[in-house]
Amino acid sequence: VTADPSLTSVLDGAEVIICCGSGGVGKTTTAAVIGLQAAAVGRRAVVVTIDPARRLADALGLPDGLSSEPTRIDLGPSGEVPEGELWAMMLDPAAAFDALVRRNATDDEQVERILSNPFYRNMSRSLSGTQEYMAAETLYQLHDDERFDLVVVDTPPSRNALDFLEAPSVLARFLDHRLFRLLMMPARRGMRVMNAATQPILRAIGKVVGSDVLADAVAFFQSFAGMETGFRQRADVVIGLLRSDATRYVVVASPHRDTVTEAAWFVEQLTDQGIDAVSGVANRVHPRFGDGTAAAARDAADAAESDGDADGAALWRNLAELRALAEAAEQELAPFAELLGDEPLGRVPLLAGDVHDLATLGEIRRHLFPAPG
Amino acid sequence: VPPDSVDPVPRLVTPGVTIVAGKGGVGKTTVTAVLAHAAAAAGQRVLIVELDGKPVLRSLAGDIPYRHISAADSLAEYLREHGFGRIAKRLATSGVIDVVATAAPGIDDIVVLGKVKQLERTGDWDVIVVDGPAAGHAVTFLTSAAGMRDAVRAGPIRTQADDVLELLEDAERCQVVLVTLPETTPVNEVVETAYALEDRVGVRLGPLVINGVDRPDVELPPKSRVRGRAAGAAADEDRRLLLEAANFRRRRLELQQEEISRLRAELALEQWQLPLLPVAALGADDVRALAGQLVASPS
Repeated sequence: VTADPSLTSVLDGAEVIICCGSGGVGKTTTAAVIGLQAAAVGRRAVVVTIDPARRLADALGLPDGLSSEPTRIDLGPSGEVPEGELWAMMLDPAAAFDALVRRNATDDEQVERILSNPFYRNMSRSLSGTQEYMAAETLYQLHDDERFDLVVVDTPPSRNALDFLEAPSVLARFLDHRLFRLLMMPARRGMRVMNAATQPILRAIGKVVGSDVLADAVAFFQSFAGMETGFRQRADVVIGLLRSDATRYVVVASPHRDTVTEAAWFVEQLTDQGIDAVSGVANRVHPRFGDGTAAAARDAADAAESDGDADGAALWRNLAELRALAEAAEQELAPFAELLGDEPLGRVPLLAGDVHDLATLGEIRRHLFPAPG
Repeated sequence: VPPDSVDPVPRLVTPGVTIVAGKGGVGKTTVTAVLAHAAAAAGQRVLIVELDGKPVLRSLAGDIPYRHISAADSLAEYLREHGFGRIAKRLATSGVIDVVATAAPGIDDIVVLGKVKQLERTGDWDVIVVDGPAAGHAVTFLTSAAGMRDAVRAGPIRTQADDVLELLEDAERCQVVLVTLPETTPVNEVVETAYALEDRVGVRLGPLVINGVDRPDVELPPKSRVRGRAAGAAADEDRRLLLEAANFRRRRLELQQEEISRLRAELALEQWQLPLLPVAALGADDVRALAGQLVASPS
């Protein structure tokens, strides 16, 4: 199976590109490079990243770091990027959640009650899935924003590709939980203080986490009353966008067994969900140095050795060792490449240094989007 | 001077619990398996603990006893043991655990660490190696108990948090081994994590494992001789490839050595190194072999 090594087709007709994969494989860099390419072909792209490495902000020429508002990136001397624009922003899940509450609340008093509730604060900051949901929500808003015609998102490092896809409904379910209805009952009956003794689950939770904490949770669910429907409807719209034809998925891996296993699993999960627009990027792939094999280079080293050419033998042996690393990397990537089938799989070679400026991002861009011809 | 090989076993027996932490792709899982195999080969009773549900570690464990601890199961078990037996099962299946974990963030981390403490207390194991969470999460994972101690005054979870802190803060019982690669970003990240753990958790930092180190004794002819090689020695294309490959190797080696020195300057931790292996799909046998190739960074 020889997949197309160019990601150029991924951009065609795309309005949203989602980069997923396990942590540490270079998702953020890949997202930035896709944004850079989009700008180069005249698109107005915004890249949303989560927890960006300091150096990426530096590389984009943002010494103060990325902000939670889109910032236009200065792509250098004009002429290089004729029409397009590149914007970048950092996801702030808690702020995005607050905004969502403000939009759905009936009045300021409800907003205030919810935002100041400790249970809500924990939920908006640390409930698993919240980050994913807020990324999806932010993506949806940016997709509607007329300043941009392409949104590139770098997803949180999840255990599961579907976390991102399912986060909207997971959160909607959480807020519409059986427990929530249980908690609401006393309020509906006009009881100020619920009778915990009649509700073993609540009594148990209270004993474990403490009664203050439980009271906060109850107060939160009571304040939230009436907003569940709005949240659920919004979740449906967001899910619709994540599954639309205009949304493409790029699964990122590096040639290590655990990240490849994860990437292959992501591809399978997405395919199972009927999402076909899945392509791959392999980062940090050892360069091959020619078409020859490690074995051939080892033979040449032996031949040089018997000719008494010590330097030649050392050079061939070095080449053999590097090719052995490249062959191992290819072997690691094989299951990923196979699952992708005819879909593109871009390869970025292991760079000598770190991504630290626009020029390095440009170098990666030339590997993922080689100029035709 | 060839680097000295190190025997990790004494450093694993005391403290008996080693939590391995590092960002994705640095080889945290491999290092977990390497340390476990080293101790097992020395006749220690070793248990591998895994928290993510990733299948890779199980295959690397070989015949070393292996235990997966999940937050949901631990919380359910914890509730069962504290007199909420009938409800625990319902809690676990109805998703209320999410609500509990949100009401008291970190409770899932604490019950997981509590489970590790329980395994340590059985006395069945000389060495417990935990494949910990990814570096970013490692700090939250390990600080949750301190957070809970400050937030909850009494009750069973408070007792559990106290127990966990007792384990984490006892340098005779527990250590964190950080794993990194000799490259810029992983080095920056591991330095940040080490400081955060030291400041906020007070846990003992064990040796720092640098994974994927290219062998510094690789023989390359000096640049002048490489450049001056007679054109007839190989075809032109071969010659170009050989020079490119030699330059690439040299640049990578220099960068790695720079990063290793930077680590030494920034973190006062003993350094252990594991070599870069040209092996795909590392198996239990490769990991056993790697255990014998653990070396100390030359100082």
